[in-house]
Amino acid sequence: MRELLTQSVLTALIAGAMLAMVPIMFAALGESISEQAGVLNVGLEGMMLFGAYAGFNGALYLHTSWLGLLCGALGGILASLVMVVMCVHMKLDQIVVGVALFLFAEGVTSLLHGAQFGNDYPRIDGTGEVDVPLLHDIPVVGESVFHQHPIVYVGIALVFAVQWMLRRTSIGLSLRAAGETPAALDAAGVDVTRTRTAAVMACGALAGVGGAYLAIVGAGSFTPMMTQGSGFMAIVLAMLARGKVLWVIAMSFLFGVSLSISTALQLAGITISTDVVQMLPYVTVIVVLILFARRSYLPSALAVPYFRGER
Amino acid sequence: MSATVQADPPVQSPPAPPRLPRRVEVLAQAVLPVALSILASGVLLAVLGRDPFSFYGDILDNGLLTGFGLQQSIVRVATLLLIAGGLIVAFRANLWNLGGDGQWLLAAAFVAGLAPKVVDAVGRTPGLALMLVLGCVIGAAWTVVPAFLKAVYGVNEIIATLMMNFIGINLANILVKGPFLTDLPGVPRTDILPLPQRLPLIGGSQVHVGIVIAVGMMLLIHFGMTRTPLGLRLRVLGANPRAAVHLGLRPKRLTFVAFAASGALIGLSAAVSMLGDWGSFRADFNPAYGFLMVPLVFLARMNALGTMALVALFAVIQIGGDTATRKADLPADFILVLVGLLLFFMAITEYYRLRRERRLALSTAAPADLLSEAASDA
Repeated sequence: MRELLTQSVLTALIAGAMLAMVPIMFAALGESISEQAGVLNVGLEGMMLFGAYAGFNGALYLHTSWLGLLCGALGGILASLVMVVMCVHMKLDQIVVGVALFLFAEGVTSLLHGAQFGNDYPRIDGTGEVDVPLLHDIPVVGESVFHQHPIVYVGIALVFAVQWMLRRTSIGLSLRAAGETPAALDAAGVDVTRTRTAAVMACGALAGVGGAYLAIVGAGSFTPMMTQGSGFMAIVLAMLARGKVLWVIAMSFLFGVSLSISTALQLAGITISTDVVQMLPYVTVIVVLILFARRSYLPSALAVPYFRGER
Repeated sequence: MSATVQADPPVQSPPAPPRLPRRVEVLAQAVLPVALSILASGVLLAVLGRDPFSFYGDILDNGLLTGFGLQQSIVRVATLLLIAGGLIVAFRANLWNLGGDGQWLLAAAFVAGLAPKVVDAVGRTPGLALMLVLGCVIGAAWTVVPAFLKAVYGVNEIIATLMMNFIGINLANILVKGPFLTDLPGVPRTDILPLPQRLPLIGGSQVHVGIVIAVGMMLLIHFGMTRTPLGLRLRVLGANPRAAVHLGLRPKRLTFVAFAASGALIGLSAAVSMLGDWGSFRADFNPAYGFLMVPLVFLARMNALGTMALVALFAVIQIGGDTATRKADLPADFILVLVGLLLFFMAITEYYRLRRERRLALSTAAPADLLSEAASDA
């Protein structure tokens, strides 16, 4: 046990966990906003892929990771417009459109990447991690937590900002009303369609940044289907967080740990099947659900399109 | 059926708005989205410098028109139909079983892992029958936890089935790399079931009896859902759980039944696929059929017969697309673009159909209704 907890192993574990956590955290934050407003974004993974593709190209051609992340956000917003038009405005089924968006995004990004680079996978160098002054000198956490691309800290700050916005501002109140009782929001004179549109676009932007982080900082390159289900993980996290978005940080870190634990254990000389390790976060969730079996509360108008004047 | 309705003279004929004959409308509903998605992906192909006509020609040739392609497509239909049937049962009861892939892969791993030994020990026919049952049992077993959480604690089944989905995918890999691992060199896989011991083929073709099982099951589901008390109970549960309680139904038990039936059909699909076409389970194999069938089933409005048509179309695109993308030097993922667009256009067509129906209902409604409708629209 002593050898297991050496500095290098712990550092690798936490650094790896942070790397795996950030995309999920961004996406789950976006999904939380969207779910609170009553739109279940099954296409979240597609938005992340669009963000990853756009972000990678932005960083490759514009040579800065920040512009890359911005492109990622724009890519995510572009993908979210599909949800906006088809689900919020045309009121089509959210699950059907979400699945279609996911499949379409998988296909299109892989196709574009193939047409652009063939079988080459160009890499981006210098992804722009910075050391936080002073804190960086702390052992273990210094090299892992405080040696990150600044967007990571922006992301954590955003989670707190969204928590405050949802609980303490009238915009947050409108968003939650759009998910609970859209008719009441409508009667109060706030446009339900516009509120949900804003929520879905914010979700797209955040998922796009998450995807872009994965491509630019995480991998340094784009590979087709590189999100590998993290969008779906994020959907589940958002559902479990039940609108209390601070939980998103803790839970995505937990997922990050379980995703990076096999690499860290290999450093410590222990080989454990990645299949077992990858399974752990899901087993944890199921066990928690069985033991505590709290009603997983979801907004009552989730995935229900709003028609004016219909009861 | 619609023709007889059409033949009845209208009792009172208000000045009906011009409407297309019902049959034409149904046909347009089916053909329009397909045509639009083919057109849109054709434009994309042309932009990428490929000849769309030869691409689509290849899909048709290799998926439908050559004997080999047609047989492959039929074999694929068998697998997909059983999954779709499983989803119909759950969706009709308003239970979102999104864990189909985990159920499918886990059942596939068990069946492929045990089949060679069991068939050797008890003979071909009883062995295969036993394995089909095993597939059903494993698939159903993997739905028990979500069903329990939903029925007893009201935990949202989307969360639970997605979690069990990922666990099932990993567990299948653990099984294949562990207890079921073959001695053969190459990628980790189960022992291979020899060709003569697989599901019997129909006539002299390469199509195994899976298609008969699948179509039979679909007809059974259609009949069961529309003509039996259990089907009615499930549909009541799906439409209005509170009404179900008031009618004296037992929603908890029905939730378990619907989930188990759904998982069993998906597990049966895995067994048919392993015993009929693959014969062995490779590690990290995940065709994601369960996920792909969700929107198709939904667009067919959970109707078993409509689903059969959509699944057939999908299978042809998948099988033909394999060869077509390789010939055009495109990533195989291009087919996902085509399928994604197809789903988008189907959803949009559905939107216009519903809007048209609303309008028709409006224009034939009594003036008083019209007034109130106008008032609420304003």
